[in-house]
Amino acid sequence: MFGVRIHGRGGQGAVTAAELLSVAAFGEGRHAQAFPTFGSERTGAPVVAFCRIDDRPIRLREPVAEPDALIVQDATLLHQVDLFAGLGPEGYLVLNTSSTLEALGLAELGHRLDPARIVTVPATEIARDQLGRPLPNVPLLGAFAALTGRVSLEAVCAAVRARFPGEVGEGNVRAAKVAHDHVHESLSRRSTDA
Amino acid sequence: MRSQIEGSQAVARAVTLCRPQVIAAYPISPQTHIVEALSDSVRTGELERCEYLMVESEFGAMSACIGASGAGARAYTATSSQGLLFMAEALFNASGLGLPIVMTIANRAIGAPINIWNDHSDAMSMRDSGWIQLYAASNQEAADLHLQAFRLAESLSVPVMVCMDGFVLTHAFEEVDLPTQEEVDAFVPPLAPLQMLDPDDPVTIGAMVGPEAFAEVKYLMHVKQMAALDEIPVIAAEFQQAFGRDSGGLVKPYRVEDAETIVVALGSVLGTIEEVVDAMRDEGLAVGALGISCFRPWPIAEVREALEGAQRVVVVEKAFAVGAGGIVGQNVRDATRTLPLDVYDVVAGLGGRPITRASLRVLLDDVLAGRVDPRRLHFLDLDVDLVQRELERARHGERPGPHAENMLRDVGTVASGAYE
Repeated sequence: MFGVRIHGRGGQGAVTAAELLSVAAFGEGRHAQAFPTFGSERTGAPVVAFCRIDDRPIRLREPVAEPDALIVQDATLLHQVDLFAGLGPEGYLVLNTSSTLEALGLAELGHRLDPARIVTVPATEIARDQLGRPLPNVPLLGAFAALTGRVSLEAVCAAVRARFPGEVGEGNVRAAKVAHDHVHESLSRRSTDA
Repeated sequence: MRSQIEGSQAVARAVTLCRPQVIAAYPISPQTHIVEALSDSVRTGELERCEYLMVESEFGAMSACIGASGAGARAYTATSSQGLLFMAEALFNASGLGLPIVMTIANRAIGAPINIWNDHSDAMSMRDSGWIQLYAASNQEAADLHLQAFRLAESLSVPVMVCMDGFVLTHAFEEVDLPTQEEVDAFVPPLAPLQMLDPDDPVTIGAMVGPEAFAEVKYLMHVKQMAALDEIPVIAAEFQQAFGRDSGGLVKPYRVEDAETIVVALGSVLGTIEEVVDAMRDEGLAVGALGISCFRPWPIAEVREALEGAQRVVVVEKAFAVGAGGIVGQNVRDATRTLPLDVYDVVAGLGGRPITRASLRVLLDDVLAGRVDPRRLHFLDLDVDLVQRELERARHGERPGPHAENMLRDVGTVASGAYE
């Protein structure tokens, strides 16, 4: 079982991201479950969504308290929500920011987690460029695919196109690819540096 | 066809395939996605020969369903929480008149305090309304139960509620195998009403009945529900034959053979409970689970049979009778009368609080160690300190104020989000 927790703000597509991730995993023959913790839905309010991926049918319905991977769509949540709760030393982290962990005051995460499993992605900028709207959810899924290998970029793109036919889907697919490449580049740059 | 789909969409699709002729609904979270999808189905013509009525209230929704069903149309609605309460009077009319209406309940807590999240207090408040109540453990089952619900409702001329956990199921994306129109047409034949307002053969439906026959009409309602106890397993068996899936039925025993401790529950929490049962079985502990798929009518013989080998039964339920105790627990105690076992009533998951493996494990360990008193009502994960602090506040000052606001301030949240 692979558990993903997605933190975002109302309007950033955290719930949609979890759903798309589950569709992508299902498309690759896995079992998947996505579900939100809705509050009284308001734009800008903290939102959490979950996705489980497994080779067996999934019966468990509790929230993902100890995620294998965390996707953070909005770095300003750092001050409001216990984002990293339950994320173990083997956990993956995809963080939407054009800044650095150090500048965000998160340098200690590099010690607590495996640095090779942390990536920062300027997903909002990528989405603005490729889609024309600052929606970071799909590019972050592209980044997630590159970092974890748990789903392929192709499966993510197929899920996006099925949900959003036409230009909205294509723009998101471009954004997912750019973010995917961004992660691959930063990972290979790191291994070269090392 | 198998697809990865939201629970509400799967149910809307299943209902569409059942070809309802009148849908009357009023949106309320977390039911909204179901009726939105159905209104789309009607608008696009995917669901043909169906009238969708956007009524002014839930009372109107059920009243319109009563009228439509009385006129011989297959009628459907869906609601949640306060919406179900607003229907209450009409619910009793639908069942008293014996109209085969099918309704989805996206289970949600009842206020006050207002809460949009899942528990079973809405459906449980209407448990004695004369409606059959089926509970889905997964979205596959939620979809499947609707096919069976129309069959059941129309074969006995009785209304049926299909209960599915709000958000936990309605808003969850998971795999659902949806049947084809041909398969559904074969399983759910066109409605052949047992009573009908027909200008060519006029009758009235809804007579006033005095002491001379009221009890007898009511008695027949009970007889019909008892007949449903025979009919439900037959329909579930036919369903399995047609679709190859074990969905529905009265009860779902899980590893109860030789189990000394059996956990009883309804709805989507059963999957989590099964995980806990497996983990405890791996440790050599004789634990099982019993899912109640049909709560009304109450399958007393089947529940007794499943539980009779156990020493203790732990009922985990998402509602309770304030001032009395567990609701499902009371029924389980009735089913196990004279058996040498203890029934523990545990209230869990109220207002959307997650029911986790860890909490269930602590509960079962406590029960096995004799640390839980079976004569008392228990609340899983109750924040006792929070309650104590509020009681302490309430003892001081002339006007300590409302509990809900005081306790929210105490825990530092406003509704769902932290504000500090």
